[in-house]
Amino acid sequence: MQKQKLDDSVLVRNYINGNERSLEILVGRHKQRVYSFIYSKVLDRDVAEDIFQDSFIKVINTLKLGNYNEEGKFLPWVMRIAHNLVIDHFRKGNRMPAFRNTDEFDIFSVLSDPSLNAEKNMIKDQIHFDVRRIIDELPEDQKEVLIMRIYRDMSFKEISDVTGVSINTALGRMRYALINLRKIIDKNKIILTN
Amino acid sequence: MEKLYFKELLNEEQLNPKKETISFLLNYSKSIGVVRNKKDKPVMFHLN
Repeated sequence: MQKQKLDDSVLVRNYINGNERSLEILVGRHKQRVYSFIYSKVLDRDVAEDIFQDSFIKVINTLKLGNYNEEGKFLPWVMRIAHNLVIDHFRKGNRMPAFRNTDEFDIFSVLSDPSLNAEKNMIKDQIHFDVRRIIDELPEDQKEVLIMRIYRDMSFKEISDVTGVSINTALGRMRYALINLRKIIDKNKIILTN
Repeated sequence: MEKLYFKELLNEEQLNPKKETISFLLNYSKSIGVVRNKKDKPVMFHLN
């Protein structure tokens, strides 16, 4: 007998109605995609594990409380939750993503720069600190797009998909983010040069 | 949407979370219940 694959929407409905096995199927079906997505952003197995767990706790709580909006698809919804938790992770620690060695990129090319002396290094650190502080002044929607574009190197198509806004809106937010950054810099007479 | 993540993952390792994490989530789900308060709002509680 051929086993019929149940739609996510059916499984979600069954789970909301108390069928715990449906959650097991949903998690099993999407765990690799969600976990790999998180890992591709944070590049740390333990952190990815924590964010994966927190994402599904949110999913479980939302479904149990009956707050799930059935208009959307299940996987993109879970991905959005995971994405937001990844952003929170970077915001909380004010951390930059870790670097990895690839064929095109060598970690040793950025680990040290012999041309920079201690004073220049201090100035560079101060500039990075100032930039992050200025970014924090931006409205949330602009900050989100700017962080994804500059720090996460995501395309506007990707930003549009994960934030649920059109590409034009994402582009507009980026433009306003840059305009506002310049305004903040001018207003506070901040000098960002090395 | 799905296409994006698939594309994104093409160059990434296909990774899975630990079995313990999955077990935790499934047990967590079984350990919580929801009741409605006087204002008919759902309230979550943990079963022991």
